[in-house]
Amino acid sequence: MVRKLPRKDAVIIGLGWTGAILGHELTDAGLDVVAIERGPWRDTATDFNVAYAPDELRYAVRKDLFLQPAQEAMTMRNNVSQTALPMRDYGSFLPGHGVGGAGTHWNGHTWRFFPSDFRLKSHLTERYGAERVQDLQIQDWGVSYDELESAFDRFEYLCGISGKAGNLNGTIQDGGNPFEGPRKRDYPLPPMQMTYAPTLFAEAARAKGLHPFPTPSANLSGAYVNPLGVAMGQCTFCGHCERFGCANYSKSSAHTTVLPVLMRKSNFEARTECEVLKINLAPDGKSATGVTYIDVNGEIFEQPADIVLLNAYGLFNVRLMLLSGIGKPYDPSTGEGVVGRNYCYQTNAGTQVFFEGKHMNPFIAAGALGQTVDDYNGDAFDHGALDFVGGAGLNCIPTNGRPIQYRPVPPGTPRWGSEWKKATKAYYNNTLTFSSQGSSYATRGNYLDLDPTYKDRFGRPLLRITFDFPDNDIRMSNWISGRMQEIADQLGGKQAVVARARKGWNSVPYQSTHNTGGAIMGTDPNTSAVNRHLQSWDVPNVFAIGASAFPQNAGKNPTGPVGALAYWAADSIRNHYLKNPGRLVEA
Amino acid sequence: MPLRPQSRRQFLSSTGMLLLAASMPASAAEHSGTLPWRPFAALPPDPLPGGRWYVFTPEEARTVEAIVDRIVPSDDLSIGGKEAGCASFIDRQLAGSYGTSDRLYMQGPFMPGLPTQGYQGSAAPAARYRDGLAALNKHSRDKLGGKAFFELAPAEQDQVLKDFEAGKVEYKASAGFFNLVLQNTMEGFFADPIYGGNKDMAGWKFIGFPGARYDYRDYVTAHNKPFPLPPLSIGGRPEWKTGSR
Repeated sequence: MVRKLPRKDAVIIGLGWTGAILGHELTDAGLDVVAIERGPWRDTATDFNVAYAPDELRYAVRKDLFLQPAQEAMTMRNNVSQTALPMRDYGSFLPGHGVGGAGTHWNGHTWRFFPSDFRLKSHLTERYGAERVQDLQIQDWGVSYDELESAFDRFEYLCGISGKAGNLNGTIQDGGNPFEGPRKRDYPLPPMQMTYAPTLFAEAARAKGLHPFPTPSANLSGAYVNPLGVAMGQCTFCGHCERFGCANYSKSSAHTTVLPVLMRKSNFEARTECEVLKINLAPDGKSATGVTYIDVNGEIFEQPADIVLLNAYGLFNVRLMLLSGIGKPYDPSTGEGVVGRNYCYQTNAGTQVFFEGKHMNPFIAAGALGQTVDDYNGDAFDHGALDFVGGAGLNCIPTNGRPIQYRPVPPGTPRWGSEWKKATKAYYNNTLTFSSQGSSYATRGNYLDLDPTYKDRFGRPLLRITFDFPDNDIRMSNWISGRMQEIADQLGGKQAVVARARKGWNSVPYQSTHNTGGAIMGTDPNTSAVNRHLQSWDVPNVFAIGASAFPQNAGKNPTGPVGALAYWAADSIRNHYLKNPGRLVEA
Repeated sequence: MPLRPQSRRQFLSSTGMLLLAASMPASAAEHSGTLPWRPFAALPPDPLPGGRWYVFTPEEARTVEAIVDRIVPSDDLSIGGKEAGCASFIDRQLAGSYGTSDRLYMQGPFMPGLPTQGYQGSAAPAARYRDGLAALNKHSRDKLGGKAFFELAPAEQDQVLKDFEAGKVEYKASAGFFNLVLQNTMEGFFADPIYGGNKDMAGWKFIGFPGARYDYRDYVTAHNKPFPLPPLSIGGRPEWKTGSR
């Protein structure tokens, strides 16, 4: 039996970063809003307690804060010739769970993508010709960097991002990222104090003529009160960011920036441990009437609402659209359809430089404390003579020295026994690591759909990921590895080991929780699931907000653009949709 | 043990903690008009007490103790895996949700997968230990004069483990089983001592990890200098304890 609840103005699916921002903006506009979150309520004082938060086994290895596969898994395969099987444990990426979502356990790297990234197909075609990108399915976003600038700024000031501007109103600033788009003002806080390894990395990069700068960080360099009046404290470098909630009110997340204000509003309600089963459509399929959800006791509710906002992790936005029949599913054999199209990831490779006689102290760390080189990212460099497009940020951001998972030893070292012990002891404090985080560009064969075999605990099909690293991205990453080798050589050290990306995406070792696409934004309803306002082309009172909207992924962490898109979509709803509900862009 | 109200949160059992949660009443929560907060709502770790075996039989326990003592041998760098409590750690982990894969996706059909698709077996870690340890001792008895693994000389034990690691043993999952034990042994040697391994923070002292400290502000810019403070566990430091535990 389904219990029908009183109507709300808007229902939010998922109370993470974007759900909290949309909740705040729409309640400010006077709407009566309910957020439905399938995980538990979480807050700093109770759930990320400083006395027991630094527990690597519980949080990093057993993954206490993450979505558990028993609740929802996904299947994967590298291409359509394989049979997808369930990832019985999450490995390559780790979706979040509970209030705060993936923003609970992120590291805090907070970027703006380059202006050229937002019109990628047009930009690359103009610069290198259409032939250069013919094997790729890259697209323009339909929104420009200039249009998003104030949204980026609002997210950075919400969070208290610590960094150094590289481009203020078109004037390049010493010590910042000279390749970034122009920003109207500097970051709200100065960069964090720098640890030893990134300092060495920056010196080496500078000696090679590159332009290192402090990574923009959501681990705060000092005390901060954000524009909502919420206070945060200085990061204490405990080295427990990624996979952990911050126990110190020092890492920006929905808990530390928005929820203390949002939760006190009488026109906002959060229902936790309630999972949305589907978005309900009117009989003509052209508008949503609300959502159906199930609570933790198995009781099913219908929540009617005028606006439905998909604010789940991007992959789950896509799955709910597929389960609800919103938008035409993508078919890789024809290239037609939009939901599931342009799934992208991240193309990474790591470098280890082994020294002797150093004290790297890797445990003095924060998730986004380090130095980045963007000289080889995106289209910051000329690809004319190269055989690929895209690029990578080079990041020396040693996030932790947690010893179950961080014990670098040179290749060839046995994995156990006396020799392993000697090497482990010798190199724990003598290793400098840095890595390339590369772009991931869309191809026709990489996509998301519903699995034909495997079901979740309610009998609904699991999401199926069909993905492998495109040849273009492998060529890019391997060229970047050559550049990493040059920096590693400059660093000196006893031995340097530079990884090279290979085909065959492996779902087991952790790589990146930067899954993008599947419900992409754009200007053409035949090649995008949502318009430039993140509004469904097919069901205009549904908005899908998150990295699911990225037409392809850049060589940067996605949370900055996700936050900007949240403000962008909120503005569209407040300033346009509410005044005249309906399509904001004519198809 | 700290006071804790009856809470039905789901993650109690993840790290080998007592399974209390399942029997508690559950209800979805509605929050409006206030930031939800309850006194004593925190969820500290609640590890199983030591001093007994929960999952392993006596022979299995002796076998695992012998294995962890070869993976982390005792030498002038540190105590060995057995003395550090790695076997007891593994036993306690297997007694919780980790041992039964309660949190993983365990619906069929179970089909052989590609390496990129990860472990696709239907057996959870507790069952894999039961089978794997039996296979290890059978191999040892068949090939090495009727002796169980724990009765072999260290050099012989090393050879058996290498054969398992290389998948050379007549046991279909030998390499997978070795990798499981290796992973769990490292967890036991380097996890916080509250979980029963890493005795007196021996694993942390061995490499110089300061443990559950959370404020390094005074040391951030002390580049290339040794960190001066000893390690600290979630449970404190042994010398802080005035009474018996």
